[in-house]
Amino acid sequence: MRRLTPYLLALPSWMWLAIFLVVPMAAMASVSLQTGNAIDGYAMTFSFSNYTDALGRYSPQLLRSLLYGGLATAAMLVIGYPVAYWIAFKAGPRKSVYLFLLLLPFFVSFVLRTISWNFLLSDNGILFGTLKAWGLLPADFHVLATTFAVVGGLTYNFLPFMILPIYVALERVDPRVVEAAQDLYATRMGAFRRVVLPLSLPGVFAGVLMTFVPATADPINAQILGGTSNTMIGNIIQTEYLTNLNYPAASALSFTLMAVLLVGIFVYARALGTDNVLEAAAR
Amino acid sequence: MNPPPPHLPRREAFRIAGFSAAGLALAACGVQGQKAAPPKADAVQDFWAKQTKHGKVVFANWPEYMPEDKAPLEKFKEATGISYEYKEVIQENADFFGKADPVLRAGQPLGYDIVVMTNGIQLQHMIELGYAVPLDHTRLPNFGANAGQKYKERSYDPGSKYTIPYTSGVTGIAYNTKYVDEDITSIESLFDPKYKGRVGMMSDAQEIGNFGMFALGIDPEKSTEADWKKAGEKLKAQRDAGIVRKYYDQSYIDAVAKGDIWLSMAWSGDIFQRQLAGEPVKFVVPEEGGTIWTDNMLIPKGAANPLDALMLMDYLYQPAVAAELDEFIQYVTPVPAVQELLREKAKTAKGEDKKALEDMVDSPLMFPTEADYVKLRTYTTLTNQQQQVFNPIFQSITQA
Amino acid sequence: MSRSRLGDRLLHGYTWLIIIWLSSPIAVMILFGFNDKQSKSNTSWQGFTLKWYAQLFEISDLTVALRNSLLIAVISTVVTVVIGTMLGLALGRHRFRGKGTTNFLVFAAISTPELVMGASLLSLFVSGNVPRATATIIISHVLFSLAFVVVTVRARIVTLDPSLEEAARDLGATAWGTFRQVTLPSIMPGVMAGAMLSFALSIDDYVVTSFVNGSTVTFPLWIVGAVKTGIPAQVNVMGTLIFGIGVVIAVVNAVAVRRRT
Repeated sequence: MRRLTPYLLALPSWMWLAIFLVVPMAAMASVSLQTGNAIDGYAMTFSFSNYTDALGRYSPQLLRSLLYGGLATAAMLVIGYPVAYWIAFKAGPRKSVYLFLLLLPFFVSFVLRTISWNFLLSDNGILFGTLKAWGLLPADFHVLATTFAVVGGLTYNFLPFMILPIYVALERVDPRVVEAAQDLYATRMGAFRRVVLPLSLPGVFAGVLMTFVPATADPINAQILGGTSNTMIGNIIQTEYLTNLNYPAASALSFTLMAVLLVGIFVYARALGTDNVLEAAAR
Repeated sequence: MNPPPPHLPRREAFRIAGFSAAGLALAACGVQGQKAAPPKADAVQDFWAKQTKHGKVVFANWPEYMPEDKAPLEKFKEATGISYEYKEVIQENADFFGKADPVLRAGQPLGYDIVVMTNGIQLQHMIELGYAVPLDHTRLPNFGANAGQKYKERSYDPGSKYTIPYTSGVTGIAYNTKYVDEDITSIESLFDPKYKGRVGMMSDAQEIGNFGMFALGIDPEKSTEADWKKAGEKLKAQRDAGIVRKYYDQSYIDAVAKGDIWLSMAWSGDIFQRQLAGEPVKFVVPEEGGTIWTDNMLIPKGAANPLDALMLMDYLYQPAVAAELDEFIQYVTPVPAVQELLREKAKTAKGEDKKALEDMVDSPLMFPTEADYVKLRTYTTLTNQQQQVFNPIFQSITQA
Repeated sequence: MSRSRLGDRLLHGYTWLIIIWLSSPIAVMILFGFNDKQSKSNTSWQGFTLKWYAQLFEISDLTVALRNSLLIAVISTVVTVVIGTMLGLALGRHRFRGKGTTNFLVFAAISTPELVMGASLLSLFVSGNVPRATATIIISHVLFSLAFVVVTVRARIVTLDPSLEEAARDLGATAWGTFRQVTLPSIMPGVMAGAMLSFALSIDDYVVTSFVNGSTVTFPLWIVGAVKTGIPAQVNVMGTLIFGIGVVIAVVNAVAVRRRT
């Protein structure tokens, strides 16, 4: 019975994933190798050229997406880690309250949040208008429709996905271990670097996984906050799928994106010093 | 228990390969083409002869296209005894088609009796793929009697075989009067370097393509591939010169109203509403031309209650009903008589209502003049093959 | 010692700063719930009014959409947390065949663009002749939330000391008892975090839902549809109320906790 435990535990999720993820994915992989169009139908031609064509045409957007995703993830790590640290060690019994407050804005529709940001950040609005009136900013200054706005939007929208896993890992660290480390290393920074940080790595890895990946694939922030040169790969896939009805190209691009992300995560896991990338969190 | 095999990854690789092979086999047949030959006239007659009234109709539409109290639909119910279900489920043509295509392709009904789609690529696909039920005009007397001539002759649906208009709008130029001193009249203003970084263009290939062509004096309804390429070059030059701040889908209106951009391609109804709210925006149809688009009603294949749908579609063409609808929607109605009716209503109204009604009646945004109509063109009608050429030209500019 | 206390204070203040930053657009949203707007658009301030609060449920479709979203979020969160925690336990604790594949699938679920996931699910449902409605939305929400819950719970389990559970078993506890009294409390932070993530993901989802919803309208779907013509202020009011209820829950929780300690 004991031996069966993991299989029984995993079974419901396996079934869910098998039916609703694997089967559609396999069908999509098949579509990615077909040629045709919406009117005349599609036929399987094993055209791997779909992949090379897509990469050839859209590599700027793909690279750009990786860049934006990477920048946003780095920002989230820097911004979010201290928050996770404080809540895990210093917030006492009110931890869950703080976590809840962090997530609360996200229970309100992202459309409303984005519209509100558009309002707050508008060129001559409540924030910049005032600063410009005081002469603190040049009249031409704008944040909306820039790369900064897109990366900022990504950072804002995925921050809780970074904070929560790091918190979860840190919270388990016994404060006495931290104290002992501080005695040992004399400075708090030393204790942090040598003891706390390594212990939090599973959380950091989980956080990076849950932010870098969706941020790179995200089309919404670029669509709403970007300018003329901020199109990301997610937007391209959306256009190919919905406007051009080019299902093979959209599928090929999706798989390419997933493959690239997998490589990225693999490299990251290596850098973290873990052996089996797919088991990184389990150490 | 045996010790785990030394190369666990290889086992997994085989397993994954196994899944993929199964999937490939599954879909190896590919997807059948669905191109439908237009049905013969007899077939259409036979179809409609067999239909009976079922007493129910399911109407799928865009949000904010029906007054909250659903008065027109309620009156329809009283007049005909047909009950309705009204669902605001259409937000984007592309999204809607993306959802409808797999369903209709599999021969299943969508669950709606009437759907509303803008003329364009997706509507064209609906027609070409045989997803739209041909209409019986003998049962559309109100449409015949009350629809404006331009709405009966639409280049994308000759003879109104499959669709009749619900509401229309005009794409022109909007500008913020606080930041723009001059009166804008020409489309060249959108390309003027003095507005560098302050111009908004639309990201939709058909919208921006039309404007590129207008700027070169080309008629989109008669354009060729060479024309599209030229328009593409003009738009590319505009982009490279840094004149465009962003290619918008529909959010230009806030940007213009706030002054983030000073001029933009814009839809008439959006501007009208901002003017009602007192914001400093003006709308103009450029001399070189503007685009008129129409949201059209059609009956999807497999609809459960086609006759009831047809009756409702025709009911909405009664001038009094059309007037009530247009007063709420504030876009361009396909029934010209509405203008007079609203004018009459304004005479007996009071206070704010009176002012609002008068604004509507006088506004060329809701009731374009003849001079306006002369300048207006629809989107370029494209076959599937042509789309494969048209789209990349403009997408490479808006999505670079 | 005082330097570390200053450090703590700074961190505390910083945390509040981040919370405020995350909530700042909400402030705007709340404000415009009081806007006496004349036209359909709600972007310029025109005066203070409470009338939208009185007319909150006037737009029946919107009210139905909100109700749908809440229902779907609750159900999908419960399902996701149960099966996701089970999988997280298996992955974090045990060695078994298929672990590598499972990890890969979890990764695939997170890294699939929403658009692709939605479209492929729709194709699946259509070919399986499954009518698209609330049930299919719930299924889809569980799918994409599952990976997040699994990853979060696993990150937690991995840091646990298995000897506690072994001790419990040695003392004669059953597997279920061990789980309930030893394992579950220790992984609870991970589970709660996963639950909150899952709820937030579900109530806010647009892309995947838009493919598989059939004719059921959810809150985000309705709002996105209304963006074109102008978002009614009732939407702001509803958002305000959701946020307000959340804040009240948080405050009550904080006070209750203080009472306890």
